[in-house]
Amino acid sequence: MALDHTGQRVFKVVGTRPPRPDGVDKVTGRALYGADLSAPGMLVAHILRSPHPHAEIVSIDTSAAEALQGVKAVVTAADFTPQEDEYLDDILVNCLARGKVLYDGHAVAAVAATSADVAKAALKLIKVEYSKLPHVTDVDAAMRPDAPVVQAGRSLETVPEGMSENVSSHCEFGHGDLEAGFAKADLIIERSFTTAATHQGYIEPHACLATMGADGKGDLWCCTQGQYNVRSICADLLGIEASQLRVTASEIGGGFGGKTTVFIEPVALALSRKSGRPVKIVMSRAEVFLATGPTVSSSTDVKIGMTKDGRITAGQAHLRYSGGAYPCGTVDMGAQAAFAAYDLEAVQTLGWNALTNRPKEAAYRAPGAPQAIYAVESVVDELCQQLGLDPLEVRLKNAARKGTKSSYGPTFDDIGLMATLKAAKAHPHYSAPLGENQGRGLSAGFWFNFGGNTCVTLNVNTDGTVGITEGNPDIGGSRAAISQMAAEELGIPYDKIRTIVADTSSLGHNDVTDGSRVTFSVGLATIKAARDAIRKMCSRAAKIWDIDEEAVVWEDGAACPAGPNAGRFPPMTLAEIAAVSFNTGGPIAGHYEFNADGAGVSFGVHLVDVEVDRETGGTKVLRYTVFQDAGKAVHPSYVEGQMQGGAVQGIGWALNEEYIYGEDGRLQNPGFLDYRIPVASDLPKIDTVILEIPNPGHPYGVRGVGETPIVPPLAAMSNAVSRAIGTRMYSLPMSPPRILNALTDG
Amino acid sequence: MVAVVIWGSLRRFTDGQAEVEVEARNFKELLENLTTRYPGLKPQIARGVSLALDGRIYREAWFTEIGPDSEVVLMPYMAGG
Repeated sequence: MALDHTGQRVFKVVGTRPPRPDGVDKVTGRALYGADLSAPGMLVAHILRSPHPHAEIVSIDTSAAEALQGVKAVVTAADFTPQEDEYLDDILVNCLARGKVLYDGHAVAAVAATSADVAKAALKLIKVEYSKLPHVTDVDAAMRPDAPVVQAGRSLETVPEGMSENVSSHCEFGHGDLEAGFAKADLIIERSFTTAATHQGYIEPHACLATMGADGKGDLWCCTQGQYNVRSICADLLGIEASQLRVTASEIGGGFGGKTTVFIEPVALALSRKSGRPVKIVMSRAEVFLATGPTVSSSTDVKIGMTKDGRITAGQAHLRYSGGAYPCGTVDMGAQAAFAAYDLEAVQTLGWNALTNRPKEAAYRAPGAPQAIYAVESVVDELCQQLGLDPLEVRLKNAARKGTKSSYGPTFDDIGLMATLKAAKAHPHYSAPLGENQGRGLSAGFWFNFGGNTCVTLNVNTDGTVGITEGNPDIGGSRAAISQMAAEELGIPYDKIRTIVADTSSLGHNDVTDGSRVTFSVGLATIKAARDAIRKMCSRAAKIWDIDEEAVVWEDGAACPAGPNAGRFPPMTLAEIAAVSFNTGGPIAGHYEFNADGAGVSFGVHLVDVEVDRETGGTKVLRYTVFQDAGKAVHPSYVEGQMQGGAVQGIGWALNEEYIYGEDGRLQNPGFLDYRIPVASDLPKIDTVILEIPNPGHPYGVRGVGETPIVPPLAAMSNAVSRAIGTRMYSLPMSPPRILNALTDG
Repeated sequence: MVAVVIWGSLRRFTDGQAEVEVEARNFKELLENLTTRYPGLKPQIARGVSLALDGRIYREAWFTEIGPDSEVVLMPYMAGG
């Protein structure tokens, strides 16, 4: 669906900042999250987890636990049927280990009991005999031929022969003659980088309430980014039909990609089926860290050649990612995104994923891109420093633009990278003076964005209000944006519309809330559903006026005769048409379902000033500005919130956050005291500059905005710290001990 | 005939060619004919691929029409957060 207007459209509601529809519920505590629902006769379940990073399960004896008074059900992997589909089977054995435990914290058994105390006591009565196996938690170590094998037989056909069995996939992208490109360079820099696995860090731990009746019908309430996906997976794993399982998404306390899969939901359903009682599971924070998806850890080599005047002649990157103990394709996206911001004649990226004894990776905002772009943007910055060039001018000189053959293949259409770079250059932040021990960092960032399967119903109520039913949990303000787009299209006030997120039995399939897709795809479906309703309302008005449907148009929230030949009738408002709808043919609703495409890629540029304390190694963020092409910003406050939130998560990734494993392969910091995310007092206000380059694939020009902002901060921060201390940093996080080491060694 | 750009790690299954030509009016025909002509691509296509048509990325959509001069790029199946 193409852009409606090639010129400047004047919006009435889109682009304004109405109050957020979930605000009162959230500040008063009325919003219902995953752990907030209870049911009569409900049991509480707890999960037994492996204390070993890698071990064979010789036996599990649950008899003593089952005999404990108050215990109503115990499940292990034996209660589930192995899945032929490897993707599904990986999810299943991640929920409950079968044969081997693959990481510290891997779930082994679950108990449902009449109280949490009884369930916890029962866990202690479960006897698991393990035979410990050698483990590996480092991606580079896992790729060595003699590394302990995490899972055998998981290498795809793309993996070259002779590599460790842990290498599960390989990818390559690029074009042009690298050798010739590097030959043209005046300076070539080749560096190696590492990034730690980081957790999405959502405030709300995973929680669910499951009910499976003796009739085979089930209901599941859970915090998720995609209730339809939960339904599909759980129905498959439990061997039930999708129609018999209704999944309702709770209000969500953050997801960031980490709630796009299941961890506890099939277990709760199995316990409920076995006990005949509702079962609730709420993860502890430690369980969230131990057993839900962090992002990949990475090790990357980058080589870039540049001329004295700042033209990049060739770029090459080797990326090694680990998504934990199971295959994952995140490195594919990192390898495609690495050089996406540049217009290059010669570029090549190679990627490998390796299995390690770590938890199964889950998506985290722009999965794979931050790690790759961190390495590339760090080398670009170092080239600029060594050649004495302005890093923004160099990026402007080499920026991808309309007509650029991207590093991952397709030719770009309208993109906003040049506009964001120019905005950054013109901003006072870029020319502000810096003090002692201070440095300024810059990075560009990129994300693909996508659309996906979407279904929306728009109901016109008889009192002239409108209800919208959509199927994507609201993780970033989508209910407000959807209501705004409906108000814009229908020509009625925003506050006459309420958008709700449906359960899986109330609306057709919707893909997961991910890929920055919801405001784009659901918004587009809402516009089409509104147009469907408008067509019906015009038809009703035509009947009332006794004229042809074609002689009626919709203007400013009312049906109007299309010119004098159609007759002289005063406009009929939506409310007037709705009020008589029972007399004119029945209820009025608009509906639209489709598989959206045309999401349009997104670019951002981040600028940051830091000051480093040379005695403590601590880094203080002094000033931070985000520039991003958002397409048309439907609700600018939410867009700014996405830009700020991404920047803050990226700052945490750059400075402190990391999964720390001991020599014993166990996670040493599964809690927010030892895994430090940035808090408000750590940060300045994150300034935002929204660029609105219309997306040609959306009638209002909307683009996804949620993922791109986490891509640039890693490099921007590293470049700022490196310039502040006069020593290049090549590893994240740049925690105080690492900075002190760099100052000592550098 | 439609020219399809193949990403690097799949080129071992297309006789080393970075670009192959197949008869196709839409994505469904393109994927079917690719796997017929280059059976080594079948596992990857079965796992899922995205297709970029004139710069626009499609994850599914069998019946998206392909023009004779369109730029078609095979890509891994996209996932997001």
